[in-house]
Amino acid sequence: MFKKPRRKLYALIFVVPTLAAFCIGFIYPFVNGIYLSFCDFKVINKIKGFVGFENYATAFQDDSFIRSIWYTALFVIVNVVLINLIAFFVAYALTIGIRGSNVYRTVFFMPNLIGGIILGFIWKKIFGAILVHFGTTLTTNAGWGFWGLVILMCWQQAGYMMIIYIAGFQSVPADLYEAAKIDGANRRQLLRNVTLPMMMPSITICTFLTLTNSFKLYDQNLVLTDGEPIVNGVYQTELIAHNIVRNYDNPQTRAVGQAEGIIFFLIVVVVALAQLYFTRRKEVQA
Amino acid sequence: MKKRHLKRAAAIAVAVLMAGTALAGCNSGSSDKKEAKGDASKGKVYYLNFKPEQDEAWKNLAKKYTEETKIPVTVVTAAEGTYETTLSTEMAKSEAPTLFQVNGPVGLANWEDYCYDLAGSDVYKNLTSEDFALKDGDEVKGIAYVIESYGIIYNKTLLQKYCDSDFATVKKIEDINSFEKLKTVADEIQANKDALGVKGAFTSAGMDSSSDWRFKTHLANLPIYFEYKDENITSTDAIKGTYLENYKNIWDLYITDSTADKTQLSTKTGADAETEFIKGEAVFFQNGTWEYGAITEGGLKDDDLGMLPIYIGAGDEANQGLCTGSENYWCVNSEAGDDNIAATLDFINWCVTSDTGTKALAEEMGFVIPFKDAKEAKNVFVKIDTELTAAGKTPVSWNFTTMPSEDWKNGVGSALTQYAAGTGDWDAVKKAFVDGWASEYKKNNK
Repeated sequence: MFKKPRRKLYALIFVVPTLAAFCIGFIYPFVNGIYLSFCDFKVINKIKGFVGFENYATAFQDDSFIRSIWYTALFVIVNVVLINLIAFFVAYALTIGIRGSNVYRTVFFMPNLIGGIILGFIWKKIFGAILVHFGTTLTTNAGWGFWGLVILMCWQQAGYMMIIYIAGFQSVPADLYEAAKIDGANRRQLLRNVTLPMMMPSITICTFLTLTNSFKLYDQNLVLTDGEPIVNGVYQTELIAHNIVRNYDNPQTRAVGQAEGIIFFLIVVVVALAQLYFTRRKEVQA
Repeated sequence: MKKRHLKRAAAIAVAVLMAGTALAGCNSGSSDKKEAKGDASKGKVYYLNFKPEQDEAWKNLAKKYTEETKIPVTVVTAAEGTYETTLSTEMAKSEAPTLFQVNGPVGLANWEDYCYDLAGSDVYKNLTSEDFALKDGDEVKGIAYVIESYGIIYNKTLLQKYCDSDFATVKKIEDINSFEKLKTVADEIQANKDALGVKGAFTSAGMDSSSDWRFKTHLANLPIYFEYKDENITSTDAIKGTYLENYKNIWDLYITDSTADKTQLSTKTGADAETEFIKGEAVFFQNGTWEYGAITEGGLKDDDLGMLPIYIGAGDEANQGLCTGSENYWCVNSEAGDDNIAATLDFINWCVTSDTGTKALAEEMGFVIPFKDAKEAKNVFVKIDTELTAAGKTPVSWNFTTMPSEDWKNGVGSALTQYAAGTGDWDAVKKAFVDGWASEYKKNNK
């Protein structure tokens, strides 16, 4: 369309604002954040001194933080498995041509349109109304708190993942099925040997999204349990993000919260990259 | 498909980032230069207000001051529960608050580097008592600008109805002057709640975050107060918990003689308790002078209302008054520049001495201010406090400002909830109270 130099100019015009925004809004705070995690500070532009790894050391002495790491790990595993299973089978059911599948698709997707805080309040009321019959509440019973979070998360995320899976199902070429059927494959074999390998790109994306979404969950955690109950000073239902914010909110432990944020970042990066690597290896070309 | 998805995600991310920069752009203002001498007429006041319920009243007062003096006053109010976070963010800006507040000694520890020494200021000289200044050695770091009281608010009409009943052991409201009598009254009201037409003696002791401060902070003040008094100290790095048994007794009373099921306290909110009290479903409601507006707007008249000291069966109960003190201390930002500091000092002094200022504080905000020119607040609970003090009762001071951290309060609150629900025992409360104090103190005082 354009001559080459002009194309370059246009590209530049389009890229610069975005790049500037990215640097100001992401790169700078991020680098600054890494630096801050090695400092003692209460207000971010009044650094009191460089303390090396002290904040990191303090973070790992905090029982609540250690617990929140394991708790988040467990939460992530349960969520990734449950959400993907539910989404996959709902998508499967809605692509084999049952009546009213468009209505179902809409219904399943709808929870995703509601924000995390609102969802948290809605489910808090629902769980409260149910648990009153058992004489307990979400915040006095750590077990209920965990499953409460999982149910909420599944309800919210499954619909979104379902849409991706449906697109995946629809992109499997019909002739592959036909060929397999002629070769005498039964339904289960079709699913295992045709559908699943062809679905790997969708599975990669869905696993990645559920993994990162569960890792960084905060709003729902804050509203639903707020980390309660607390036993011996250790928050029992606290995910990492909640722990970081709680520590950061207290000026006395702000620097520690900052260091925890960096630790959190490293964990998420390592896990997400590993997951991408492993699921991508299973992807095939049709 | 995968690629398209990533692209879309990238597009959204960029859009969000751009919105972020646009907003950030608003914050960059010109930086103040420090001048040798403070000239108030060249200064500006920026007040970061703590109390959301008085936001409008402060803005009106600021406007009046600007009309009178041409000195700009900005009032910004932090959303409830976010004061510390907001303050931290605002302090990092080039136009930082010139006037902010801390809640007491523990809050001061976070901000003492920023507190201008108020020892020579007019506003300090106008205080009715030095007790209302927050000091660090000889330096005056903060000045309390509002004095509040809390206790057990009661519905006078209902309590009188009880006293007039056959089953009542205590026949006069004035006779309730100890924990024992309070318990007798509450137990008898609870046992005869249908006859009295109430749902319980006490409103629900909600442990939702909108209500739990009434117990993990305000009620917990009493065992701390009596221990400090015994030990003759005003703060400590390790609490002994001498009066925890009393704390248990009053908590048991609150959750047993109550409108609510013990196991459901964590779902009960502050609004729940308030509504129960306004609707006359309960006789007693632990809360403070600040609750007056909400209760009277709800329809209760001054004649219906009274307030009792919180008796826990410790100390000299016959001479115990309401819990009276402050967790609202004004601090002037020492880094705000001389002109702004001068302007801020003028402004706060005007608030507590001028006719307009004192009137707004007393009438619009309903504050009792500890300054010589204070006007009387139209608040029945404040009057009760004045009467009790005049009658020689000793007010219980606010020692909860020395609690080591928010996490300490949360730990105690959670243990109280679990004890009430039956999923925890009282030992857990003790542990959170005593061991938690030591560990939190250590964590927050390095």
